[in-house]
Amino acid sequence: MIGGIGYGGLVIALVTTLTAVITSLCGGRSRSAALIETARRAALITFPVLSLSILALLYLLASGRFEYSYVYQTTDLSMPLYLKLAALWGGQEGSLLFWCWLLAGFTFSVVARRWKTEVDLLPWVIAATSFTLLFFIILVLFFENPFSRYFITLDGIIKRAFFPPAMSILAKPTDGAGLNPLLRHFGMIIHPPALYLGFTGFVIPFAFAFAALVSGRTDDHWLKITRKWSLLAWLFLSLGLVLGSRWAYDVLGWGGYWGWDPVEISALMPWLTGTAYLHSAITQEKRRLFQHWNIALIVLTFCLVILGTFLTRSGMLSSVHAFSQSAIGPAFFVFIILMFSISFGLLLHRWSALRSENQIHSVFSRESAFLFNNLLFTALLLICLTGVLFPIFSELLTGQKVTVGPPFYESATAPLFGLLLLLMAIVPLTMWGVSTSRNLGRHLWKSALAALAVPLIVFLAGVRNWFALLAVWLVTLAIFTTVLDTYRTVTLRASNRQEPVRQAFGTLVRRFSRRYGGYLIHIGVALMALGIIGIEFFQTTTQGMLAAGETLSLSGYTFTYEKLEVTDNADGRNSARASVMIKRDNRELKRVFPGSDTYYVSQQSVTLPGVRSTLVDDLYVILVDWQPISSEGATFKIYRNPLINWLWIGSGVLVFGTLVALWPTTRRKNIPRTHQEEK
Amino acid sequence: MTTLPVFTQDPVNKAKKRFPYWMVIFGLLLVGLLITLGLWLKQSRQTGFEVGAEIPDFSITTFSGEHYQKSRMDGRVILLNFWSSWCASCEEEGAILEEVWREVKDSDDIIFLGVNYVDTENDAKAFLEKYGITFPNGPDMGSRISRLFKVQAVPETYLVDKDGRLAAVQIGPFQSADEIRAMLELAK
Amino acid sequence: MKRVLLVIWLFFLLIVQTPGYAQTEPPVSDDEVNRLASELYCPVCENVPLEVCPTKACAQWRELIREKLALGWNDEEIKAYFATQYGDQVLAVPPRRGFNWLIYLVPPLTLVAGILIAIRVIRKPKTIPAAQEVSNEGPCRMAAEDFISQIENDLEGVE
Repeated sequence: MIGGIGYGGLVIALVTTLTAVITSLCGGRSRSAALIETARRAALITFPVLSLSILALLYLLASGRFEYSYVYQTTDLSMPLYLKLAALWGGQEGSLLFWCWLLAGFTFSVVARRWKTEVDLLPWVIAATSFTLLFFIILVLFFENPFSRYFITLDGIIKRAFFPPAMSILAKPTDGAGLNPLLRHFGMIIHPPALYLGFTGFVIPFAFAFAALVSGRTDDHWLKITRKWSLLAWLFLSLGLVLGSRWAYDVLGWGGYWGWDPVEISALMPWLTGTAYLHSAITQEKRRLFQHWNIALIVLTFCLVILGTFLTRSGMLSSVHAFSQSAIGPAFFVFIILMFSISFGLLLHRWSALRSENQIHSVFSRESAFLFNNLLFTALLLICLTGVLFPIFSELLTGQKVTVGPPFYESATAPLFGLLLLLMAIVPLTMWGVSTSRNLGRHLWKSALAALAVPLIVFLAGVRNWFALLAVWLVTLAIFTTVLDTYRTVTLRASNRQEPVRQAFGTLVRRFSRRYGGYLIHIGVALMALGIIGIEFFQTTTQGMLAAGETLSLSGYTFTYEKLEVTDNADGRNSARASVMIKRDNRELKRVFPGSDTYYVSQQSVTLPGVRSTLVDDLYVILVDWQPISSEGATFKIYRNPLINWLWIGSGVLVFGTLVALWPTTRRKNIPRTHQEEK
Repeated sequence: MTTLPVFTQDPVNKAKKRFPYWMVIFGLLLVGLLITLGLWLKQSRQTGFEVGAEIPDFSITTFSGEHYQKSRMDGRVILLNFWSSWCASCEEEGAILEEVWREVKDSDDIIFLGVNYVDTENDAKAFLEKYGITFPNGPDMGSRISRLFKVQAVPETYLVDKDGRLAAVQIGPFQSADEIRAMLELAK
Repeated sequence: MKRVLLVIWLFFLLIVQTPGYAQTEPPVSDDEVNRLASELYCPVCENVPLEVCPTKACAQWRELIREKLALGWNDEEIKAYFATQYGDQVLAVPPRRGFNWLIYLVPPLTLVAGILIAIRVIRKPKTIPAAQEVSNEGPCRMAAEDFISQIENDLEGVE
């Protein structure tokens, strides 16, 4: 019954979405108000209908209806309620349904809010979002149905279907297989939704770009409308990536946060182009530059979202993320061909209309800094794309399987990331339009000298790694110039207007929330870079087998293995917990409990590191192996990850900065507005 | 003074220009990417050889140094067994394979070849010794044979008939010696 | 001087000690094994470094590394051994030969292309606008610049 509601919702959504696609396309062409209105209503109704499907699936998950194959595969009786609900995105079918729902939600909010002002663009926006949505609904309905049930036929064969096959009875398992143990983590509850929100969020700027291309209204209008949408999508994508790193750090037990895994890179690629877009979009608004580049970039971003989803969801990439694979490959491939060729054809069609009206006049101006920023991000994208695709090329052309692992990415991207840090440091000192080397140089050299203080201290503290010192200098410089620029502007305003500094600061941040939000994001990124420098250059590790009472030492710390407890839990897992005392100079710092959970049903184990975390370093202890009976010897692997916490702190600052940038700007009333802004 | 950007409705430059050459390059790259993805999708969905398919040539050098090449063994039925020392279900299977091997080894028209799938030499040799396996076994250097047969997991067994065509496939371990005998019948 | 002596003495110790070590063949430590294992990939489970792979097979491969290290093989020999045994996918990066050069060419080519594009975009205007000439006239106008920057700040966000 409940499953029927869910399935029915999907069918209705299929019909409404198809209607929306057809009527919006026809309405857009004929400019018939009635057709456009139909398209709008169809697009609006899809979201509540899909919400019904989502609610139905959530209900099935929560109530443990194991005759539904999705419920059986992702939950079991012992799981707490929040995990049962989070199982919505714990498998392929649920994830895809969730995708549909988010897409419909974004479409709903944009259609509901912007209808009055954007009659030109909206039919095409509806066409683009609904077409994407239509494809995903088809995937869910015909390839990966979360509402299919188990039936046993007379020959004893178990079949998965929504409608009962002939001569069969419903199979009702009493308990489910349970969620993949690796996914039973708090980060897993928010990592996928954040990532999916980011992915699907880019559909809005994409759809407006598409609309601009089709309708020929290729001025800045589409870009201004979607400014906040793209920032919002970018926020969620960043959040998703960071949470994914954090989950990897906490659960996968390899002491790292990023493994240059093909799936991680698939999620990183749209982030790279999205970040480039956020920057170049500002350039277009301020200087009317890069028009064609911007529209191409946002189209590329969404194409990369789809490509990444295709690569990871169709099971073509094997990696730690390959939790769910299936036979949706060919359907997805057709969609990708359609999407890429339509986008590229439209860009080609409108290319000459998109010429920039302005030109860059100086290498030292802010717009050229943004140009370099875009070049660097594009280069990063190319490197990532090559790295992901090269093993495929190699296997197809030479028959030889190869791995493209971290050493390639690290050596290829590190200089680019360094240059990005440098740009981040320079940009507050540059100006729009005109700028000379002298202007820039005069401001820069003082800051550069001042920022040398930090690497100098680090050098005196004994660090002799020149690349690390350079990186620390760049990070310091970036933070320094950003703070300095803010300080100068604030004090200037305060003295000009006789305001208290705090009030001046408050007004500036509120009025130019994008600028100062952006600055905060930059500071966040610099802090994240600090964490990455720490772990990449200075991570130390050791491993050894210890008897109880024995000690391992690493970078001045000692780790004493005290005891091991192995218990059987009621929820079907066998847990081993060691207790290890961390000391420094014979002073007890913390007792940590690294361990491992083995789930009986799935025979899968999860490593649970014991971590002592401070702002200086993380001590990360993993129980690698142990002797179950004698409990005499246990093997531990220990990492010391210096500064890693700054990665998470920086991420927090980044998220906060994005929220500041998203905050509605307060404006002075006396300046005439040339164009009706959003809201 | 900074000028306020003025919103204009349609600043379109109507002059038709030729597409820049790099657009063409980009388009070609895009087509190349799509073709690659398509081919790869096709390949990743391909399963191993169908029964009746002609098996390409392959060769294996056993742990004891003998060299076997498929093209030089036409006229003999080849039973190709992929296994590993770290695979638990390969252990029982090894014993029953050996049992059948002893029945057929004197006839000159059947050969068993054990292909040691991604394994370490010492562990593999210890495994062979432990289960008293005497039919020829060798490492799959560079995983070439297992890639040829698109081996997903061990154990898998392929039977190649006298004409060099695939006669039967067993995915997963044999449960009994009779299953192996029945399979051998298929190549006759 | 004292320090120099110390260094010489340490060096001497090292020479004296080395053959002794070789004879007793100390067990290769986990750290040495892991160092090399982190540069190799599991041949079965794709994209999982051998160092962190939890399967029994991978434990065997780590033992193999230990054996080879104990035999005195160097890193390159062990990697080459793994590559011939299990295929090139066990190496963290494709070996630098033949077709694989393609991937090593991409980063430098990207760099060159990027520089070319930057030069093209920035050098395109041959007509220098009046604004630039104005800005170039005074070499040192700190206060004025700040003023401009402030105006600019104030106007930011106003479309």
